[in-house]
Amino acid sequence: MTEGMGIGPIEIVSMALIGSGVIFFAGAVAGILRFPDYYTRIHAAGKGDTLSTLLIALGFAVYNLGDLSFHNILTSIKILMICVFIFITGPTTTHVLMEAGYALGFKHWKKDGDQEEEEP
Amino acid sequence: MENAYLETFFIGVGCTLFLLMFLVMYRIAKGPLVIDRIMGANIVGTKTMLLLVLFGLIYERVDMFVDLALTYALLNFIGSVAVAKYFRRQVAQRDATTDGTPLESGGSHD
Amino acid sequence: MMGRLLTFSFLFVLWMVFSGQFDSFHLGMGVVSAALVTGFTGAFHSGGTVKGAYDRLGRFPKLIGYFVWLVLEVFKANLHVFTLAFRPNVHEALDPQVIRFKTSLKTDFAKFVLGNSITLTPGTVTLMIEGDEFVVHAITRQAAADLPGEMERRVAEVFEA
Repeated sequence: MTEGMGIGPIEIVSMALIGSGVIFFAGAVAGILRFPDYYTRIHAAGKGDTLSTLLIALGFAVYNLGDLSFHNILTSIKILMICVFIFITGPTTTHVLMEAGYALGFKHWKKDGDQEEEEP
Repeated sequence: MENAYLETFFIGVGCTLFLLMFLVMYRIAKGPLVIDRIMGANIVGTKTMLLLVLFGLIYERVDMFVDLALTYALLNFIGSVAVAKYFRRQVAQRDATTDGTPLESGGSHD
Repeated sequence: MMGRLLTFSFLFVLWMVFSGQFDSFHLGMGVVSAALVTGFTGAFHSGGTVKGAYDRLGRFPKLIGYFVWLVLEVFKANLHVFTLAFRPNVHEALDPQVIRFKTSLKTDFAKFVLGNSITLTPGTVTLMIEGDEFVVHAITRQAAADLPGEMERRVAEVFEA
């Protein structure tokens, strides 16, 4: 790899992926902090967390392909496997947690109802 | 890492991720429900996995750190599911001892 | 037998990717552990699950199409959450509700895929699957109105011949 400050197309693609992932994660965190009840918070968590992790990990995989060698390709495939794993388990975790909350009997926040806090 | 600009960028990404994780920590500390805390811990776990890969990239040992990250992702998923299952089973036992109504028929009992 | 062979080769390739070493010692360990895992999971090969998965390989192009559509939906979902989360008056914009609908999907795997897809698409999360009935939490009234809609049709097209 050439020494110096070169930022080629691969670096730009990976920086764009990582940057958008961080922005989506910021959205998810804002949702987690601001939404009124457990169910709406997990909407933000389940979606934002899955996509931001995917994007950032993809960015790492793309960056790692910057100098092509056999071992770097293997490492990128491993990072891609993390992506596949996250894509399957992210919604599953969301669903499991949601179901546990529903089974515990927490009421969900309604718009017109008076906004009492759910039981701790 | 040879490229100074990219190293700065990666360190910036790491710091931003850490800051956002810290904000999620508020949700873990505050609750109010126990499942809120599990959800926050799950998110912190996923992002820790990303930070591991990031460390690997910065120190040029991705091949080693990626294995750790993969294991971390697996354990994180299993941990969240196990805790959620635990609460789920507690509810099932509570239902079985109190009124005997099956849990699946609505779940709105309080 | 065919299923076992496919499982074995899949596990062995996975071993090679994860280990990254190609001397005879590591490859030998890979053969042993892939064979062991294939032996342990023998019960799955007689049942429908894995066999169905191998049958589905024939519908690979449709699967790719579904995946691309799903990724687009995931992006839409995130933009939706993003705009909701940064709105100054969050409580005005939200209107959560729980809805139930019956699905026409039959296999467990298709239901699993539909459940995960509902979770990933804008404004809805699967709460519970009871037999044929899906319980879905929607974050706005608009998102609730769109269910089950075209997603169920797409899942049925790809995962149930």
